[in-house]
Order: sequence, then structure tokens, then C-alpha cells
Amino acid sequence: MTTNRIRVELPAHLRNLAQVHGEVTLDVAAPITLRSVLDALEATYPMLSGTIRDHTTLQRRPFLRFFACEEDLSHQSPDSPLPEAIATAREPLLIIGAIAGG
Amino acid sequence: MSKVRVLVGTRKGAFVLTSDGKREKWNISGPHFAGWEMYHLKGSPSDPNRIYASQSSGWFGQVIQRSDDGGQTWSPVGNKFAYEGVPGTHQWYDGTAHPWEFKRVWHLEPSLTDPDTVYAGIEDAAIFRSTDGGQSWSELPGLREHGSGPRWQPGAGGMCLHTIILDPSDPQRMYIAISAAGAFRTDDGGKTWQPINQGLHSEYIPDPKADVGHCVHHIAMHPARPNTLFMQKHWDVMRSDNAGDHWHEISGNLPTDFGFAIDVHAHEPETIYVVPIKSDSEHFPLDGQLRVYRSRTGGNEWEPLTKGLPQSDCYVNVLRDAMAVDKLDSCGVYFGTTGGQVYVSPDAGDSWSPIVRDLPAVLSVEVQTIA
Repeated sequence: MTTNRIRVELPAHLRNLAQVHGEVTLDVAAPITLRSVLDALEATYPMLSGTIRDHTTLQRRPFLRFFACEEDLSHQSPDSPLPEAIATAREPLLIIGAIAGG
Repeated sequence: MSKVRVLVGTRKGAFVLTSDGKREKWNISGPHFAGWEMYHLKGSPSDPNRIYASQSSGWFGQVIQRSDDGGQTWSPVGNKFAYEGVPGTHQWYDGTAHPWEFKRVWHLEPSLTDPDTVYAGIEDAAIFRSTDGGQSWSELPGLREHGSGPRWQPGAGGMCLHTIILDPSDPQRMYIAISAAGAFRTDDGGKTWQPINQGLHSEYIPDPKADVGHCVHHIAMHPARPNTLFMQKHWDVMRSDNAGDHWHEISGNLPTDFGFAIDVHAHEPETIYVVPIKSDSEHFPLDGQLRVYRSRTGGNEWEPLTKGLPQSDCYVNVLRDAMAVDKLDSCGVYFGTTGGQVYVSPDAGDSWSPIVRDLPAVLSVEVQTIA
């Protein structure tokens, strides 16, 4: 099984929760998809389980977005391959909190 | 010398306030979990260093935090609240059936005897229990499956289970309250539940005397008299002397019987406190005067407590879980406001002073009395 080193950038609140600074890097088994990256992220940082996607439905939390390579990937299938630049770690997967609320 | 630790949950973080038994000088620690809504924090009665906290956000959902050193350091524990079986539906605002969906934890109630056991009251209304210090959570489904569940509907603040009271004289007995379904009791450790809403009268529901559907804001009990309960309802302050089997109104001479918070003096089971709010559409004190009302006769006769509280231009609210008492002699009374003030009275309500004035809106206040 091949694994890729993936870069992920988290919102500040989730960096605090996971007690990490800056980007996180993850070894993710192919295929490199939103699902496989999030699975690896939650396995490495269990405290993030349930904060990015619902525990039960695995649906993305409504106020979060997934961006990569200047594309909004939030609505694509979680099993679609992520761009090559993500799979080769040239670009990070960005998990972004919507600018909303007070 | 005894000290007190006040656990404050706010819209933007948690704060821990500590003082000695004089309760004059305070140390303020925080914000913990800055930027997160902290609906409730509560310490274990059997291990005061064990504190549980409900941390949530509209972006990132629910997190449960646990401290084992009195709130100095925290670790996230389990946050998976999965309803048992097929959760079914309750009423939505438009009267349609709506599936039960987990949103947040409103209230955490640690066991009276075991620091690893803690109950969680959640929205959409259900009660969960953890027996491993918060790492994993299991629903007590008998409440949601009581039979009236499909008729429950959310109030303006959501369909939240906000009150959990453990009976110190009977470990099998618990009370809970749900907005806007009403109060329920179990006598078998949470397996089965019965509504305890007889005597409540709510003009705003189709049957004012229905068995469920009443908007109960909060319930309080004195540990030495567990069959006596006090309730602040959407309107009306109520009392039961038979474990909730029947309630009667004790609003008496209150200037308004709408409010959220209610609590009982730590040593005097007939001394109770409420904070009257002008109305259900104006959630602020009457005439801009922030007044706690005290009854020393278990209700009906009430006196306004004003010394040290703002008596003009004050338009804050005091939410349901934002009042608490300590166990010192004399009893200390505490409450927090949506304006970010936390007030203390070290003399059972006779006089008040702010511990802190400019926190984010206060959602909950709990007090630990530490020997």
C-alpha cells in the first residue's frame, strides 16, 4: 500500500484543540481523497473527531469549507481524488471556517 | 480555611474565579477555550479537582473537556453523542415531524459519589451518561422513548434538556427538565421516566394543563429535603412537596413571575432565590432595576434584594444555569448576566458586589466549596 505525505491547514480553533502549530502533515494511504485525508487526520488527532464532520453522518459541518489549489472542494464527493498538488504535498488542503457570526 | 471556586461559562470562553472564605478578593483565570461557547462547567462532588466542561461552536460542533486539577489544565474527552436506535421524530416549529438531531450539550451533572460518572443533558432533548470520565457516552433512551417524545417541540432556544438533578437520598431517582416539554422523573436509575407536570398551567399551549408541553426554565432542590422541588417556569414560580407528583404556584408578591434562574440556600431549605424578568418578550429586569428576590418561607412572600446591584438602566438577563450557591456559613449566592457581570453575595443575598464586570455574556455559573 502506498502512502503519501499530505499537508493540511486547520482553522485556529482546531489548531488549539489539537495543540498543533502551523500546518499538520499526515501519512495518508492512497487513494488521496477528502475521506482518506480526514480519516487520517482524525486518527492522528482524535480530539478533532466530530468537529469537521458529523460523527454519525460524516457530513461536513455547514460552516466549514475545503479549499485546495484555489478550488472549493466542499461540495465534491468525499471519495473523489484530490488534486495532484495535494497528493504530492505541493499544496496544503485548507480547512476554512466561514466568516460568520459574532 | 475554606475557599470557593466559581466556574463561569460564557459565549466566548470559560473563566475560573477563586477566593477564600471571605469572598472579598478574587483571582480570575481565563479565558479557557477562548472563542467557544461554554454552556456549562461543573465539578464532581466527590472529587472537586475533577471538572467537566461543555465546549461548543456553530462551526466545530461539540467538544467535552475535562480537568483533573481544578481547572488549571484541560483535556478533550469524548464528544460522540449518538442516540440509541432509530431516533424518531419530534415536532418542529411548523408542527411537522422533525428527526431528532444532536446539537449541543447544555448541562453536565457529575455523579454525587463517582467522579468518573457524569450525565449530560443535550439538544435535541435526551440524557446521556458516561461512566469512564467522559471518554464515551451512552444514551438513557427510556426518556426519549417515553411515548410523549413525538409531541415535544423546541422553544425559541431549542429543544434542550437543561436541568438534571440527582437525588442524594435515592441513587435511582433523577429529575430532568426540557424546554418546552416539561419535567420528568425516573425512579429506576434512568430506565423509565414519567412526566411530572401536574399542577402546571400554561395558557400558551392548546391544553393549559397538558401532561407535557410546559416550558420549564429551571428546577432546584435542597439536598436535605429532596422531595421538595422549586421551579421557575416560562411564567409562574412553582413548588412541589411530593417529588414532582403535583405542583402549586408560589409566585406570591413577585413583581413578575417570568424568569429563568432559581436556586435554594445551602443551609435553609425554605430560602429560595429568583431573578424576575419583565416578560417573555423583554428579557430584562423590570424598570431597568436588577433585583434578586428572596423568599425565606419557601415561596409566596418575596423580598427584593438590591444592595450593590444596579438600580437603573440595567437591561441584562440571567439565564437558567447562571445562579449558584456555595456551602459556606453564611451562604454565598452567585449569578452571572448576559452583560458579562458575575455578582457575589457573601451574606445570603443581603448585599452584592461584582466579582468581574466585563466578561462575554454569561451562560452558566457553578460554585465549588473547597475545604
